[in-house]
Amino acid sequence: MALSWLLLILLAFAVIGYFAGRSRALASAGGDARDLHSLPSYYGYNVALTALVPALGILVVWLLAQPMIVNSTVAGMIPDHAIPEGADRGLIMSEVRRVSNGLAGAVATGALSEAQAGNADADIAELTQTLKDSGQVLTQEITKPILVAAQKYRSMTSTGTIAMQVIVVIVALFGAAFAYIRTHKEFRARNVVEQGVLALLLLAASIAILTTVGIVLSMFFETLNFFQLHSWKDFFFGSTWAPNFRGGSELSILPLLWGTLYISVIALLVAVPIGLFAAIYLSEYASGATRSIAKPLLEILAGIPTIVYGLFALLTVGPALVSMFGEGGALGVGWMASSNAVLTAGLVMGIMLIPFVSSLSDDIINAVPQSMRDGSLGLGATHSETVRQVVLPAALPGIVGAILLAASRAIGETMIVVMAAGAIAKFSGNPFEAMTTITTRIVSQLTGDTDFASPETLVAFALGLTLFIITLGLNIFALYIVRKYREQYE
Amino acid sequence: MNDMTRVERAVDSKAIKIAANNVQVYYGETHAIKDVNVEIEDKTVTAFIGPSGCGKSTFLRCLNRMNDTIDICRVQGDILLDGEDIYDKRVDPVQLRAKVGMVFQKPNPFPKSIYDNVAYGPRIHGLAKNKAELDEIVEKSLRRGAIWDEVKDRLDAPGTGLSGGQQQRLCIARAVATEPEVLLMDEPCSALDPIATAQVEELIDELRSRYSVVIVTHSMQQAARVSQKTAFFHLGNLVEFGETGQIFTNPEDPRTESYITGRIG
Repeated sequence: MALSWLLLILLAFAVIGYFAGRSRALASAGGDARDLHSLPSYYGYNVALTALVPALGILVVWLLAQPMIVNSTVAGMIPDHAIPEGADRGLIMSEVRRVSNGLAGAVATGALSEAQAGNADADIAELTQTLKDSGQVLTQEITKPILVAAQKYRSMTSTGTIAMQVIVVIVALFGAAFAYIRTHKEFRARNVVEQGVLALLLLAASIAILTTVGIVLSMFFETLNFFQLHSWKDFFFGSTWAPNFRGGSELSILPLLWGTLYISVIALLVAVPIGLFAAIYLSEYASGATRSIAKPLLEILAGIPTIVYGLFALLTVGPALVSMFGEGGALGVGWMASSNAVLTAGLVMGIMLIPFVSSLSDDIINAVPQSMRDGSLGLGATHSETVRQVVLPAALPGIVGAILLAASRAIGETMIVVMAAGAIAKFSGNPFEAMTTITTRIVSQLTGDTDFASPETLVAFALGLTLFIITLGLNIFALYIVRKYREQYE
Repeated sequence: MNDMTRVERAVDSKAIKIAANNVQVYYGETHAIKDVNVEIEDKTVTAFIGPSGCGKSTFLRCLNRMNDTIDICRVQGDILLDGEDIYDKRVDPVQLRAKVGMVFQKPNPFPKSIYDNVAYGPRIHGLAKNKAELDEIVEKSLRRGAIWDEVKDRLDAPGTGLSGGQQQRLCIARAVATEPEVLLMDEPCSALDPIATAQVEELIDELRSRYSVVIVTHSMQQAARVSQKTAFFHLGNLVEFGETGQIFTNPEDPRTESYITGRIG
C-alpha cells in the first residue's frame, strides 16, 4: 500500500469524523444548535483533528526514523572483510540499498517470485542476470554479504512499513473514537479546537527555529573536524591563505576577512548616502504620484538576482572602471590592471544595497509622527531644518539598524564577489587590486572534486560558521540599537 | 461665573492684532470655512468654540499658514497681522510662524533633551548670540511655561520622558522661546488630566499679559474660564463673536444658545 493511499485513508477518516462529530453533537442537543456550547462545526473539527493530527505525527516520525534504524541494523550485519579496499561502509550500504530496490523491482515486474527474492542461498550469478534482464540498475558485482544484507534490508523495510500503516490507522481510529465519544452538547469543542490550532502554529514556529539550530550544529561539528586537522591558531591568527590540496596548506581567515570587510565598507559608502537621500526625498518631498512610481521602481532593484548584478559588474562596471583608471585609461593613471577589483565588487554591491537601505529608512522616516513635523514647522523652521533637526534624529536609531542589516547582507553576499572581486587573498589597501572574500573562498573550496576528510575542504565550514557568527552578531547588535533607542513618541 | 465678571472688566479697547476679512477655506471641493470675519485683540485670550468639524481648528491653522503644508487646502480672503496681509506673496510663511507660535492638541516634544527642545526655535532663528544668552532664553521660557521648577535639575533629560501635562507646558515654553506675538493653541488640554489642565489654564491666563492668545477648545467651561472673547463656529460659519460673558450668558443667535446649553453639538 503506497503512502498516498494511507494519506487518503486518513483524510477519509477526518471527513467522516467531521460529519459524525457534528451530527452527534446536534443529536445530543436535540437538533437545536443553540443548546450547544460551540458551533456544530467545531465538534466536527474536533473529531477530524483528533483523528488526523496524532496519526500524521506518528507517520512523519516513523518515516524519518525507520530508514535510520534499518540502515544502522543492516550496516552492522556486514562483516568487515566484506568491505573492499578503498571503500567504506557508506558505499557498501548504498549498494545494499540498490540491490534491495532491484529485488523489489524484479518482484513487482514478476521476474522474481517473492520466495526467490528472499532466498539467501540463491545463485548469485543467476540472480544478477535476472535483475539485469528485468531492467534493474546494478553497478557492482553482487557479493554474498551484500545479497544477504539487501534481503535483510528489504524484509525489515517492508515489515516496518506494514507495521507503520497498521499503527497509523489504529491511532487515527482511536483518536476519532475518543473525540467522538467525548462529543456532547456540554463539551467545549471550540476551546479544544483553538488549543489544537495554537499547537499547530507553535509547531510551525519551532520548525523554523529548530532548522536554524540544525544548520548551526551541522556547521559546528564539521568545524570541529576541521580544527582537529588544522591548528586553530593558524586559522584565526595566521596571515596567509594558501590552500594546497597536497597538504601543508596555510588556511588563515584574516586575509579573507580583510577582503570581505573592505568590499563591504565600499558597498556601504555607496549604498548608505544614496539610499538614505533617496529615502528622505521619497518620504519627505516627493508628491504622492512620484512616490507611487519611484518606490516600486527602487524596490525592483531588490528583486534582481545577485548573479545578474555579478554579470553587470563583470561586463559593465569592471571594464568601465578599467577604462577610467587602467593603463591608457581616461585618467591616464594606470592604477587598475584587471576589471576584477575590490572597487568593482564594492560599487556593484553598493547598488544592490541601495533599495535595502532606502526602503527600510523610508518606512522608518514615515513612522515619525506628523505631530513632530508640525511642532517644528509651527516654530518657524523650514522644511529642510525640520527634516535635518527633528525627523532624522527621531529616525536615527532605525536608520542605524537598517545600515547594520545592510552591512550584514554585504558581508554575506556571494555571487557579486565571486564574479567581480577576484581570487587573490591578501592584505592591501589598494581598491584597484583584486582581493577575495570569505564567501568566495567557501565556494571555491567546495566546488569540483572534494574530499570531505581534508582540511582544505573542511575549512569551508569553519569559514561559514565564522561568517554566520559575524552576521548574527551584527544583526543582534542592530536589533539591540533599534530597540534601545526607539523613541517613545507618546 | 464670578470669574467672568472680573474678566469682562479686564477687557477694554485694545489694539487689533489679527483681522480676518471674508476668509474662505476649501479642502479640495469641500468648503470648510465660509466667509469668516473676526478681529483678534492684542493681549487678550480669544476662544474658538463649536462642535467637532465646524472648522475652528482649520481657521486657527490659517492664522499661521500651517494649512500650507496640506496640498489640497486653499485659502481666500484677507488675514491681516498688524495690518499686513499674511497671505501676501512677500510674506515668508516660515518667518510668519516664528511670529505666530502654535501649541498642538497632543503634546509633541521633540525626541531631544528638555533644553534642546526649548532652544530649538531660538537656535533656528539665531536669537542668542552665545551660550549664556541661550541659557537665559531657555530659563526664561521655561519659567513662562510654568515648568522651570520641575525641570531645572534635569534639563538634559529627554523631553519625551515628562508627564503629559509637563510635556504640554514644555511645548508652550518651546513656543514662547521664539518670542512670538500671537500664540495659537489647538485644544491644548484635550489630552491632559484635570490637574494638568488647571495648570495650563493658569498659564494661559499669565501669557495674556504679553501675547495675544487664540485657543480652540471643546470645553465650554474652559472657554468661559480662560477667555475674554469667544467665537462660536458652526458648520464652517462664524455664528457669533463677542465678549465671553455675553456669549455665555446672553447669546444673540439661537444656534449659540442651543450649543452652549447642549442642544446641538
